[in-house]
Amino acid sequence: MLTRLTGGKLYDPAHGVDGEVRDIYIRDGRIINKPLDEKITTEIDLRGKIVMAGAIDMHTHIGGGKVNIARTMLPEDHAQDVIARTELMRSGCGHAAPSTLTAGYRYAEMGYTAGFEPAILPINARQAHMEMHDTPIIDKGGYAMLGSDDFLLRMMASNDDQQAINNYVAWTLTHSQAIGIKVVNPGGINAFKFNQRKLDLDEKNKFYGVTPREILLRLARAVKELGIPHPLHVHGCNLGVPGNLNTTIDTMEGIEGLPMHMTHIQFHSYGTEGDYKFSSGSAQIAEVINKHKNITADVGQILFGQTVTASGDNMRQHAAHPHAHPNKWVSMDIECDAGCGVLPFKYKDQSYVNALQWMIGLETFLMVDDPWRVFLTTDHPNGAPFTSYPHLIKLLMDKTFRNDVLSTLHPEAQKASHLGSLDREYSLYEIAIMTRAGAARLVGLADRGHLGAGGAADITVYTDHADREIMFSTPDYVFKDGRMVVKDGHLIDVTWGTTHVVKPEYDNSIEKELKPYFDRYHTQKMGNFKISDDEIVDDGRGSLTVQPLHKGGPI
Amino acid sequence: MTEMTKPEIWQDVPSPFCGIASDDLQIKVEGLTVSIVENGDDVTRKGFETPITDVSPRINGKDVSLDQAISHITHLLRDSKQPVISGMATDLNGARSAIALADKSRATIDNMDSAASMRNILVLQDTGYMLTTLTEVRNRVDLLVVVGSDIEASYPRFFERMVWNKESMFDQDIASREVVYLGKAPTGNASTSPQGKKAQVLVCDDADLPEVMSVLRAIVNGKVVQAKQVGGIAVSDLAVLAEQLKQAAYSVVAWDAGNLEIAHAEATVQTLCEMVKDLNLDTRSSGLPLGGKEGSITANQVSAWQSGYPMRTNFSRGYPDYDPFLSDTKRMLDNDEVDTLVWLSSYNIDRTPPTSNAKTIVLGRSGMTFEQEPEVFIPVGTPGIDHAGRTFRCDGVVSIPLRKLRDSGLPSTFDVLTAVEQAL
Repeated sequence: MLTRLTGGKLYDPAHGVDGEVRDIYIRDGRIINKPLDEKITTEIDLRGKIVMAGAIDMHTHIGGGKVNIARTMLPEDHAQDVIARTELMRSGCGHAAPSTLTAGYRYAEMGYTAGFEPAILPINARQAHMEMHDTPIIDKGGYAMLGSDDFLLRMMASNDDQQAINNYVAWTLTHSQAIGIKVVNPGGINAFKFNQRKLDLDEKNKFYGVTPREILLRLARAVKELGIPHPLHVHGCNLGVPGNLNTTIDTMEGIEGLPMHMTHIQFHSYGTEGDYKFSSGSAQIAEVINKHKNITADVGQILFGQTVTASGDNMRQHAAHPHAHPNKWVSMDIECDAGCGVLPFKYKDQSYVNALQWMIGLETFLMVDDPWRVFLTTDHPNGAPFTSYPHLIKLLMDKTFRNDVLSTLHPEAQKASHLGSLDREYSLYEIAIMTRAGAARLVGLADRGHLGAGGAADITVYTDHADREIMFSTPDYVFKDGRMVVKDGHLIDVTWGTTHVVKPEYDNSIEKELKPYFDRYHTQKMGNFKISDDEIVDDGRGSLTVQPLHKGGPI
Repeated sequence: MTEMTKPEIWQDVPSPFCGIASDDLQIKVEGLTVSIVENGDDVTRKGFETPITDVSPRINGKDVSLDQAISHITHLLRDSKQPVISGMATDLNGARSAIALADKSRATIDNMDSAASMRNILVLQDTGYMLTTLTEVRNRVDLLVVVGSDIEASYPRFFERMVWNKESMFDQDIASREVVYLGKAPTGNASTSPQGKKAQVLVCDDADLPEVMSVLRAIVNGKVVQAKQVGGIAVSDLAVLAEQLKQAAYSVVAWDAGNLEIAHAEATVQTLCEMVKDLNLDTRSSGLPLGGKEGSITANQVSAWQSGYPMRTNFSRGYPDYDPFLSDTKRMLDNDEVDTLVWLSSYNIDRTPPTSNAKTIVLGRSGMTFEQEPEVFIPVGTPGIDHAGRTFRCDGVVSIPLRKLRDSGLPSTFDVLTAVEQAL
């Protein structure tokens, strides 16, 4: 079986290909070089079409406890977007907190072939994988959350050496079947359990005496030394607090050059200037990102309308609860491991703060120079549901459209932003970097996000429509591992993607400490905490793909 | 993972039989006979030790092959105008297959304990709550208030594991923990500390609990209450409790919704949850909903991620349609709205389907006896004994891997329902 995709215009930044007409050959789900004398079984004419690798969402809340709380909490939101069963697809619901099946179908229909759950609580990882297992077509994976777990803080309080921390980090990542490490409000979720209501970068946890800065340094170093390709994924301190831009800058500058990914940085880029005591810090933030090559960021763009915010950061979510819309919310302390907070939220274009949040996000996209270091996210569903990505791409690629929208927003917010003066328009090549090549490199996916030989045949084909929202909403074709799953924007086949993980090496003697720790303090045994490879394979539909490590070793 | 130290002794075995899902059981298996060696209690002993009796599927009381039974279920569902898949006492994959089948056969799904779980879910959908989980309780609780519930009857090891554990990781003096019962008095002494300190008990009738809870919340919020007593409890005693809650560093307010047999109990749960939110303006306090027997949390979780809605969701129009009142199995059966009932009950031989006029299919634990022989009965394996599986604990956060302990040859609920779905 040999398939040729003929004559498409390729955007493949991983290989520096910027709009060149080339053929693609696919065999057994993989892209191969042009074979010398093999017969082509299927040919698809892509002349005049735009071809990119399948898109990768490197930060999307698609599975796990807090997402499922959000689903259960919002029957009224689902009611506007219920999905009937078809011959091919299961029924479900969409909008802010879609059912897993619908999420998979809709990602595929938008040309996305992978999504990564950014906040897997190790103690809840089994559930996150259950939900991702029920998410069709796309590949998945996730980042294990550390930093407010008592075991790490105990290690730090007793000043354990870095090697011991590396072993614990690797053990956690391995047994929660993750591909990266995330930290959320470092130490803050833990501090909230001791009734601390905020935790600045250098503020000590009441019980452990450990600061967020120390946690970030320890974890970033562990990630680097273990050779985990994805940099430490950081949801910083003080999310949503006016003036948090200084903490964010301090966080980026204070990481001593270690690789670090700042997530949904829009929510961490706020100043306190002006009559509303709320201003844009995006210029300063972008400047720091531009200067520090070890830093990457995704934006967490907000878009107007009803959504729901689901976060591990229950310290900040609790503080934000007066803004819940509709007025219902959940906050949980979880298993001496982490926490979560869920708040429905409505972003309003005539709210000064919400309008400025929208502008801050776009300013960040436009002022970070290097598209390899900034990523397209709405922090689904926190800033907006992922289904709004085509709209967001249009805002980035079309200055006239962007300024037209801008002119309808809260007038005082317009005055507080210089967005209107930013002329940059993203090119297709840059969009391909942000959503494909860059995302794959950032997550650590060697065989995804590119169109070179050896890559998985995850391929999206678009018509070059002047309206980029239409173009990116309805791909002509989407191939997943070589199988055509979408045609003319509609799903035609359902496949089940793989789960990407990394397996760093570590000293298993860490279990000599962990086993008695579980026995003494936990309500689950260490052995029952671990998620086996068989659980990912599950009923046979799932699979594990172990991605290669970077070179690690002591710094 | 459960390790086998000797051929027939299993260590660290998780129990799916109560919502706290203890996973430290030592279990002996000899042939098909299972017995708990260590860390058993009344609930888990019954759960693990109920023997296998019947192994053959039956149609109208006559032994048939599994294929015949599956084929018969397929016909019944094909001809059904309003099927209901209920009970839902199964594990993760059993729930997955049941919801997939409901979607395909346009059935309504419900759980045998939805009356209880809806008392919490309705609060989530209306105002939300602040909750905690078992390990947090074990390490942090300084004041436990139990509202309207007799915890130890359903969760015999709750106090041993979560309150009177030997040590807390935060150097708390465990003996200083306080336990207060509001509403029901406990049936036993599990809540008494190892040093002999008894729980404080403020008793009222179930029917008075809504009022008592409201007054307690009012006092917590500094409201002046003119009455001297409410539901037989002195308001001054409630004032003391309110003060204890305010002074506590990490109070936990626990309830078992299954015990709140009062009309509109969700309103009382809501008052409780709002009081916890109020307390968190100054100190820390958390709710702890106990429940999750017979896989009810698992069923709600899987349903929520696959359809967007918890139990009591109807697929008859081709899409999920949630209605916590109309899609109540008992109401539907009593009203003769159901022509075919599929009852899943793989944990407990006593949880048989309600009698009704509907054609009834039971995928049940071996050993069930019926008042009314179902049209189809398939004895299925029990998750965590006859086949591997996964189930959620009461907190809805932690899920545990269940092991296959013996080779009974009984099919799993997943096996049967998947075969039916494929045949439809």
